[in-house]
Amino acid sequence: MIPRPRPERFRLRRTMMFMNAQKPGLFKDAYIYGCDSIMLDLEDAVAENQKDAARFSLYHALKTIDYGDTEVIVRINGLDTPHWQEDIRVCVAAGADGIRIAKCESAQDVKTVEAAVEAAEKEFGVEVGRTLLMAALESPKGILNAYEICSASDRMFGVAISGGDFRKSMQTVPQPDGVDMLFARGQMLLAARAAGIQCFDTVFTDLDDEEGFRREVLQNKAMGFDGKSLINPKQIRFVHEVYAPSEKEVIQAEKIVRTVRENAAKGLGVFTVDGKMIDIAFLPGAERTLRLAKAYGMYEGDLV
Amino acid sequence: MKIQKPAVAGTLESSDVQVTVEPGTGSVELELSSNVMNQYGRQIKETVLATLERLDVNDARVTVVDKGALDCTIAARVECAVFRSCGASDKDLPWGGIIR
Repeated sequence: MIPRPRPERFRLRRTMMFMNAQKPGLFKDAYIYGCDSIMLDLEDAVAENQKDAARFSLYHALKTIDYGDTEVIVRINGLDTPHWQEDIRVCVAAGADGIRIAKCESAQDVKTVEAAVEAAEKEFGVEVGRTLLMAALESPKGILNAYEICSASDRMFGVAISGGDFRKSMQTVPQPDGVDMLFARGQMLLAARAAGIQCFDTVFTDLDDEEGFRREVLQNKAMGFDGKSLINPKQIRFVHEVYAPSEKEVIQAEKIVRTVRENAAKGLGVFTVDGKMIDIAFLPGAERTLRLAKAYGMYEGDLV
Repeated sequence: MKIQKPAVAGTLESSDVQVTVEPGTGSVELELSSNVMNQYGRQIKETVLATLERLDVNDARVTVVDKGALDCTIAARVECAVFRSCGASDKDLPWGGIIR
């Protein structure tokens, strides 16, 4: 049995790779790919008559395989199915770091899952509050209720859009410029930021369209997403490259953090760094850049 | 647990194992084939028997077709087949109890 450390609500999540929880050939060495999180799937990837088998395999995988620093999230079946309650019991009993709520449409959906998670934590002697939650928005209603969903629970670390189902309900298909989901992505990002949680983009499913994938990742970064869901290990590297801060950004961030802190002690609120006006508002962004730089091995100082 | 009806779990894909359980004739009879029989046959057999013992199954015919599964997968498939044979694989499972 591999005891996993208490999950961190806010950590680096640039890449979340989906894996079928029913296929041992896939998930047994998922941690070697270097994605930030793996998403073991009990939902769409598992056939209706194999839901039970997938839970047994998930339980033993989590209890036996050492996933190290890779976060382990489980996507459970929707609240409109007969499966989600047992999905939650096995996730909590096996010690998954977090649960992804499929087809989430309201704050009530989050609260329903939260109540079942808490009951399972008590049943299996797991610290109450340990298991994190995230929501997948897959319908127009989910997008419209994004803010109430994002702020429904202290366990919520993030929200993601699920492109396949969402585009179907909007009667559209993926477009090269992303216009098909531009508003939905924007609305979800606003809600996530307002609630102070992370925000992740959908999977890019055409593995042969390398250029399209790259375009989408660059747009995700530009829009402010924290990361992206992936379906194949070969997609990981590019996302990590895109999310890496440049050397110039790291140097600038270090200067800003240092100067803001020094000047705050002296009672100075606004000043210039390399000719640019800087005040306290720049601090959180600069600190985030330094934390990111640390994850990439680009910064070894002690400011963050 | 008492095997009530024939049940199967697992596939014949690489890294998986297919386990079939049927009502027995008074004891546990195990038929095992594996593509890594020479290296791991004994270990696979031990894992299957230990899992059956943990579930308190002592009367069953068990057929195991292994395609190079890890021990944790073997245990998961044996358990799933046994719980399916009792019609008890879908809810209120004893995670951390006899499943561990």
